[in-house]
Amino acid sequence: MNRLDISAARPTESVLSTNKLIKNTYILLSMTLLFSAVTAAASVMLNVPGWTYMASIIGAFLLIWLVLPRTAHSSTGLVVVFGITGLMGFGLGPILNMYLSMANGPQLVGTAMAGTGIIFLGLSGYALSSKRDFSFMGGFLVAGLLVVFMAILANLFIALPALQLAISAAVIMLMSGFILYDTSRMVNGGETNYIMATIGLYLNIYNIFVHLLSLLGALSGDD
Amino acid sequence: MDWTKIIWAVAIVAMILVLWPRAKQMMKDTPKAEKGDWQAVVLPLAFVVGFVILLIMLV
Repeated sequence: MNRLDISAARPTESVLSTNKLIKNTYILLSMTLLFSAVTAAASVMLNVPGWTYMASIIGAFLLIWLVLPRTAHSSTGLVVVFGITGLMGFGLGPILNMYLSMANGPQLVGTAMAGTGIIFLGLSGYALSSKRDFSFMGGFLVAGLLVVFMAILANLFIALPALQLAISAAVIMLMSGFILYDTSRMVNGGETNYIMATIGLYLNIYNIFVHLLSLLGALSGDD
Repeated sequence: MDWTKIIWAVAIVAMILVLWPRAKQMMKDTPKAEKGDWQAVVLPLAFVVGFVILLIMLV
């Protein structure tokens, strides 16, 4: 059977549970994004040092790897999700302060936020309405992610501005692909846990925002 | 050398090591694309590229 026909042949019960999963995921995603914005604002106002970003990202990833898989099927998972997203939002403080100190900083941050929102809503809406199965992208996306990690690692030491721009562009494309992939996994039954689905989409949005801001900051006319 | 670079490097190597077995499994298990599948991806991604270029021109 063609993969496109699977959703059409699914029983009503399965469709209802998919709709519930999608609804819960988007509600939780909205709440975590709002919470992230609050912790980011707090971090901007507190003017936290630059290493906060690194500490927050490492802390959040330790929670994602070690704690979330064990708690995602219980109500504790919700607390962990807010912990992860709050921490990642707090880590944005030094980056936002750096851009906000530029002459067109508020415009850059606002454009990156609005741009991220439009990209996410457009791609997620496309995946939801088309009901296509994007699972064939999985191998390509994860291989791309490994290549990006290696490029980031290399650029830590060689510090090429052009490579930084290429990495940011690649991350935006990869995360856009992951939005299609993750949304289609919810629609087609590949993901049944709304907490895990939320974290996946949150990470896509977070990475698009950070790298779009980096691209806009580097390529904007006003330095 | 800046100490934060070393911690970042250790963290990224750890991420690669954690991701590697899962990535290998995903690459093995991913279903093959059917006719028209990639076309359905290229179109929205082309929209993203165009949109980002537009944003860069606006700022």
